[in-house]
Amino acid sequence: MKAYLMHRDRDFDVKRDLPPNESDLTRDLELPTLFAAMAVKDELVLEVAKRAILGAASNDVATIRYRQEALKDCLRNPEIVRGLYGLGEESFQRQRKIWPRFREYPSGLLDNSVERMAVFVDVLKKVRGIVDRHGAKFQSEAFSRMFATLARELNDDYFALIDQQLKRLKFRDGVLVSAALGKGLKAVDYVLRRPLKEPGNWLERACQDLSEASQRLFGGNPNSYTLYLAPRDEAGARAMSELRDRGLGLAAGALAKSADHIASFFNHLRTELAFYVGCLNLHERLFELRTPFVFPEVSEADALKVSSRDLYDVCLALTSNKRPVGNDVGADGKNLIIVTGANQGGKTTFLRSLGLAQLMTQSGMFAAAASLEINVVNALFTHFKREEDAAMKSGKFDEELSRMNAIVDNLKFRSRILFNESFAATNEREGSEIARQIVSALLEGSHKVVFVSHQFAFTHGIFETRRDSTLFLRADRLEDGRRTFKLIEGEPLTTSFGEDVYREIFSKTETQVGAASPASVREETQAR
Amino acid sequence: MSREISPPARAVSDPIGEAIVVQERSPTVGASRAAFRSVLDPPSEREEPGGPSEAPAFFRDLNLDQIVAAIVTGKQEYNLAPFFHRALKTVEAVEYRQAVMRDLEDQSRFDAINEFASGQRVVRDHVAQVTKLHDRHQKLAWSRDAIELYCQSVERLLAALGASPPGSAGLNGFLAYLDAYVASSSFQQLKTDAASIKAKLASIRYTMLIAGSSITVAAYDGAPDYGAEIQADFEKFRQGAAADHIFKFNDFDQMNHIEAGVLERVARLFPEPFAELEAYVSRNAGFLDPVVSRFDREIQFYVAYLAHVRRIGGAGLPFCYPKVSRQSKEESVSQCYDLALARNLLDSNDKVVPNDYFLHGRERIVIVSGPNQGGKTTFARTFGQLHYLAALGCPVPAAGAQLFLFDRLFTHFEKGEDIHNLRGKLHDDLFRMHNALASMTSDSIVILNEVFNSTSLSDAIFLSTQILTRIIALDALCVCVTFIDELAALSDTTVSMASNVKPGDLAQRTFKVTRRPPDGLAYAISVAEKYRLTYGQLTERLNS
Repeated sequence: MKAYLMHRDRDFDVKRDLPPNESDLTRDLELPTLFAAMAVKDELVLEVAKRAILGAASNDVATIRYRQEALKDCLRNPEIVRGLYGLGEESFQRQRKIWPRFREYPSGLLDNSVERMAVFVDVLKKVRGIVDRHGAKFQSEAFSRMFATLARELNDDYFALIDQQLKRLKFRDGVLVSAALGKGLKAVDYVLRRPLKEPGNWLERACQDLSEASQRLFGGNPNSYTLYLAPRDEAGARAMSELRDRGLGLAAGALAKSADHIASFFNHLRTELAFYVGCLNLHERLFELRTPFVFPEVSEADALKVSSRDLYDVCLALTSNKRPVGNDVGADGKNLIIVTGANQGGKTTFLRSLGLAQLMTQSGMFAAAASLEINVVNALFTHFKREEDAAMKSGKFDEELSRMNAIVDNLKFRSRILFNESFAATNEREGSEIARQIVSALLEGSHKVVFVSHQFAFTHGIFETRRDSTLFLRADRLEDGRRTFKLIEGEPLTTSFGEDVYREIFSKTETQVGAASPASVREETQAR
Repeated sequence: MSREISPPARAVSDPIGEAIVVQERSPTVGASRAAFRSVLDPPSEREEPGGPSEAPAFFRDLNLDQIVAAIVTGKQEYNLAPFFHRALKTVEAVEYRQAVMRDLEDQSRFDAINEFASGQRVVRDHVAQVTKLHDRHQKLAWSRDAIELYCQSVERLLAALGASPPGSAGLNGFLAYLDAYVASSSFQQLKTDAASIKAKLASIRYTMLIAGSSITVAAYDGAPDYGAEIQADFEKFRQGAAADHIFKFNDFDQMNHIEAGVLERVARLFPEPFAELEAYVSRNAGFLDPVVSRFDREIQFYVAYLAHVRRIGGAGLPFCYPKVSRQSKEESVSQCYDLALARNLLDSNDKVVPNDYFLHGRERIVIVSGPNQGGKTTFARTFGQLHYLAALGCPVPAAGAQLFLFDRLFTHFEKGEDIHNLRGKLHDDLFRMHNALASMTSDSIVILNEVFNSTSLSDAIFLSTQILTRIIALDALCVCVTFIDELAALSDTTVSMASNVKPGDLAQRTFKVTRRPPDGLAYAISVAEKYRLTYGQLTERLNS
């Protein structure tokens, strides 16, 4: 019995290794904002959202579509999905309350497992109830298959069988164990047995004793002999309970294993639903903000497809509580996007919105755009300049290349790499040459690159040599120097209009009481 | 003076024999089996084999104590040391052992012996266990197991040895004995009875109904496996592999009284096999064959020595089977080395330096002189080790060796510089030497190392000359390490050998002892060296 809500043919593995660059991705794309919005303080949802999004690049197109359909079901039936998730939670919480006493002894483990089973049966019956009432409302392969499985497996006969087993497993009539004689005539091959006939009450047993005794007295070979524990024989009592434990070991182990399996089923159910609950939470936020979202059209990794309307940075929307400026991009057939232009013109925001769209899409979620067609990649990397390293000027270029080295170590066939003002920690000529060499090699190795750069020698060089396979975007600037934060298509220009920014900041700080830091200014101006 | 081999003790303690509580039966079998006695000594050997538990006095001087300790390490149960304390007196006895040793160089035969040894060890462990157990049924069961394991071990050895017939009289004699023993009807009965009882006991299935404070024991009636049923009923929840719950139970060989009580009731339910078991064990209390048991111990002499040969030989050092003679005192040895030193250097980067020597015609006495720390004492020890190991019938640490088989071996090694007791020590030395000379024969070997070092030079010359003259007169073989050059010219039966310094670097020793006349510097240097007063030593001391 499997949930299989995340993959058609396997469980969602929360233990699976995240890509080695997960911390760079998290930081550069400001993912914690996204995770927090999905989790709404539910730790499991937070964990699953992290795993699903950071590990998204490993999903193939079929898995993405499988989840998109399941998520559409969830958006249609949010309360039912949350209800199921709640039952998983309930089973988990009630489990935790059962005291795990003496689980290292078979008898303790058996009692513990019987108790756990009773909880599971209770919750499973509720699951069955939801399936009966609402199963028909779900159309996706993932949910309809799971509901069908539950309805088939959790039928009334089965519940009756389990109830009977749990009753018998209390062993009111004693434990029957078979054994053979091993080395030194020690008992071996202990096997718990179900008595052929129920042993009956104390009166029958007394009669049995009597017949043993009489047969011993009057000759003949009785078919059983009974050993009685002497009063206050504590060592004997211990030995006897160990003997009992040897018999119970297998049954206790089997029942505990079954309980573990059911716990594992609930755990998977809960884990996999957590992803969809996270999507529901995010959906609610975006709905409040009246920002668009879309289930993207995905194509395979060998395609060159990035085409969107109103592609925006979902994290910026969540932090600013506003609908941010989006971009229209048409980069089909291009393996390189070069972004140039005005400082604080929305270049980094664009880079982030593209990276987020890539990960959200590949995790099976909707993306933050009015429309999006995108090819999947096998890995996504970010190489952003690290401002805090500015102090140690000499080591910065070294650090940049070292990070690049790590990226190259981990590249997978057909990855996408997002560069943000990389290799600028040296003079422009050298930086441009390095950038050119790296980017050329990546492109020729079937990777896709998006590069935000101020380095004219580099960007112009690309324009001269790779014009046909490159999309050039430029941060827009109005004649009076104001930014629109929208990127337009256009070849690289020689200046980045730093003077404009300088002027804007200085004029702003002069007019405002309590000078704001440049960072907060940026946010404010972008949100405008 | 010297220490000598004491005559072998007649009563030999046999630790294996002692460990086995079950009494050995007396050999009552046919003539072919009675012919074989020992794998250590040929049938013609009258002497009772074994050996004194006390090591000969010269063991320490020659570092043979270290060698034997290394050889018998891990074989304490066999008490092998006494075998190493008894030198053989006849060429026939030496060659008897050499042939067995050569046979065991065959790896498959060596392995077969090792397997037999561990099989016999398990049998002994079982017998020992019987005495520790309390429960009557358990004692019987372990006794039966011991017999069965014994039979298997013996049969396996017979098959392995018979697979490629050995060349030595020792192993062939044992093989013939073993063949007859295993073929005997008593052995076959022993084996088949054990198997049939085992099968009957193993087929018993019983159940215990544990309820309240009672256990009801009954024959198993076919009740279904309940654990399997539970597993099947909950199968549909299987989620891949879940960890199995492994419970730890104390599994002592000894039963507690509840287990014993259950077993007693099983025995009542199934009386026949238990009765058979009891009859079988009491019928076969003396199942151990004394010749086989003796072989088990004695063969370890060879196994232990060969294992040591392999350890040392692994470092690229040679071993050879010496050609021994009781008649000819002509000797010729190539690349001999100190076996104790070789072992101590195994783990270091240093290597022993092998030496060659020969004695032709009437040559009997080797006078070794030369700088100290140059390998003189090592050479003297090596000489002693070669002869002694050869007299054990073992391969010796050399590439080739023709050796005289001595009757007695005497050593006298200078021990430290006890200035406080000069007179008493000299007196004692002379007294012992006198005694030794009295029991020395022309077939003896004498090794003198720096005797009379602590007297004045003139005294030393006088005393040494006196002693050596007597030894020369006896025509005994002798190695004498000394700083007294004059001794080399004492007779035409003496040969001078000297340790060497490295040409061009007088402080560097080569540890090579070669046949050459003494160079005359030895005395002054050796005294200065003794007090660490040579230029090099003093400089070093002053700088430290």
